[in-house]
Amino acid sequence: MRELAAALHKEALLQWRTRVQLAAIFVFGASALLLFSFAIGPNSAALRLHAAGFLWLALLLSSTLSLAESFQSEMEQRAFEGLLLLPASPLALFYGKALSNWLQLVLLGVGLVPVMVVLYDAGTLRLPGLLGVIVLGAAGLAAPGTLYAAMTAQARAKQTLLPLLLFPLVVPVLLAAVKATSLLILGDPMEQARSWALLLVAFDAIHWSLCGLLFGRVVED
Amino acid sequence: MEATGICRRYGRRWAVVEVSFTLPEGSALMVSGRNGSGKSTLLRVLATAIRADRGTARVHGLDLRADREAVRRRVALLGHHSNLYEALSALENLQVSARFLGRDPGRRALGALLGEVGLEERADDAVATFSAGMRKRLSLARTLLQEASVVLLDEPYGQLDPPGFRLVDGVVSRLRGQGATVLMATHQIDHAAALCDHGLVLEEGRVAWRGRAADLPAEGGLVAVGLPEGASA
Amino acid sequence: MAEPLPRRGPGPALAFVVLGTLLLLAGSILGLAVAPPENFMGDVQRIMYVHVPTAWNAMLAFTFAFGCALLFLFQGGWKWDCRLEAAVEVGVFLAVLLCAQGAIWAKPTWGVWWDWDPRLTTTAVMVFLFTGILALRHFVDDPLKRATWSAVATIIAFVDVPIVYFSVRWWNSLHQLQSSPSTVSSVFHLPLRLNAFGVLFLMIGFITLRTRTAGLRLQGELAPPLPEPAAAPGLVPTRAGA
Repeated sequence: MRELAAALHKEALLQWRTRVQLAAIFVFGASALLLFSFAIGPNSAALRLHAAGFLWLALLLSSTLSLAESFQSEMEQRAFEGLLLLPASPLALFYGKALSNWLQLVLLGVGLVPVMVVLYDAGTLRLPGLLGVIVLGAAGLAAPGTLYAAMTAQARAKQTLLPLLLFPLVVPVLLAAVKATSLLILGDPMEQARSWALLLVAFDAIHWSLCGLLFGRVVED
Repeated sequence: MEATGICRRYGRRWAVVEVSFTLPEGSALMVSGRNGSGKSTLLRVLATAIRADRGTARVHGLDLRADREAVRRRVALLGHHSNLYEALSALENLQVSARFLGRDPGRRALGALLGEVGLEERADDAVATFSAGMRKRLSLARTLLQEASVVLLDEPYGQLDPPGFRLVDGVVSRLRGQGATVLMATHQIDHAAALCDHGLVLEEGRVAWRGRAADLPAEGGLVAVGLPEGASA
Repeated sequence: MAEPLPRRGPGPALAFVVLGTLLLLAGSILGLAVAPPENFMGDVQRIMYVHVPTAWNAMLAFTFAFGCALLFLFQGGWKWDCRLEAAVEVGVFLAVLLCAQGAIWAKPTWGVWWDWDPRLTTTAVMVFLFTGILALRHFVDDPLKRATWSAVATIIAFVDVPIVYFSVRWWNSLHQLQSSPSTVSSVFHLPLRLNAFGVLFLMIGFITLRTRTAGLRLQGELAPPLPEPAAAPGLVPTRAGA
């Protein structure tokens, strides 16, 4: 636990020092949302219908940038290895990094919501619900994303490899999050959003444990 | 520390082959050899950063493989890479390491440590703005922070100016004075020979020479031990 | 770790391939020419005679890969890495075939190439999941890292498959009734069984051959094994001068 606190302290420092990058990634996500609207055309009804999908696609694309960046600073001077040798437990380091990535993705998601509302006329009054979906969906991206980012940071062709590995894996997250968000925006007569949220919870629970367990093998020789 | 038959390969090459030695507690060993002779690899194996493919080693009686975490608590490595976060300041880098070590020294204590390595004025500057020599000094401070009983130094004199050389000499002497065991891989044979007790020369991963550090001749040390001419020190 | 020497020649594997091909031929002839057409779907349903065996064996290949991944991580041994590589490759091939068969069935039946059937959609996701693992293997040079990482990725991918299936099934259930060519309503099980074993033997043969190739390549990548340690090296006396 102490090590987790130390890891979180490190992440907080790093996040604060590199906050400009987060802003840049947000701009990327917002421009993605804009580009998606061009793909559909100025058809307000269609845009509103698909708004949830585009929001999550934009977040998914942004996540590859933010996840890759999260390990950039760790690997460039072998700082991560330096911590492992102190010794620091890989579990603490993983969860610290995953939590930090989670927060980043939640911030990105929350930041993109107003962009979506404006561009797609897709607002909702059920804001706590929307926040909940973003939190759960971001968690689904963060855990496996952190594991794969650690892997690909040490491999060749890192920019290609991370999305290649991550995207198929998080299909359930995409499906569930888009569905839930869509229901929140367009109306949910049968109260189905909760069931989709439960699917997200299940996915998150499985992957947060599995990826944590396997992380040690990925970063140690 | 004792090592028996350490072997480690990198792809098609065996970087370290059958390296064995015994180092009594509190003594200092210098490891020399040409570039690519396996010095760094050997140190990384002893620090448990990488595993040996064959062979065993013990530190204070603890096995490197079986008691890896306990070994890591007793061993500190100053490696080729600085192990630093470029985005953070010098002070913050030390803070991060200190926290993982279970300590929370105040700003003043860390500032004093930075002062010892000559970086007290740059405590709050991001490491990204540092020169190579300054990064080395900060890494040295980080190594000292660990208060390890076995200290492995990989080319500690690299990138340092003459005051830096004296700093490293001072650090090694102090460590030895505190009873720590020191293992130094270096090309600075003259400097190291004065500080160390034992010497080891590696050639293509194997031990080519072992003996007292003082016996490794000062000038053209590599040539004198029978290695071919043209070796770049 | 023990060296990945392939112990047997390709003989037994080739035997599997031959046997498998023969069985597949027999099953296909029976299925295409001899079996009666299905009640509702007509001749198109005959694709089931290859579709079902392909599906079973694709899952089998990936499950075997999962087992190899676990064994590699917890027991060690290069042979499990070689088998993993082979199983994932063969599995991806079968899964792609499965998607193609699904599309061939869907076009005359529904008029579109893809109908988002949960099983088929999950298969498509599996293609991407495991192709990603093959790509990972390609971009990592160090053999040990490559083996460890692909084992980790295989475990995560395999665990994800049921989740993908359930989420797609649920997602699609709101739009369509489940439809696939895999409902075996015909009385003739013989062609199906023949084909199932045919594909199975072919798969075993190909996996074995591919494992052998992977082992040979790995041998080329790893440094040759060192001879056993000789007597301890004696002290080399220093020489004065060059």
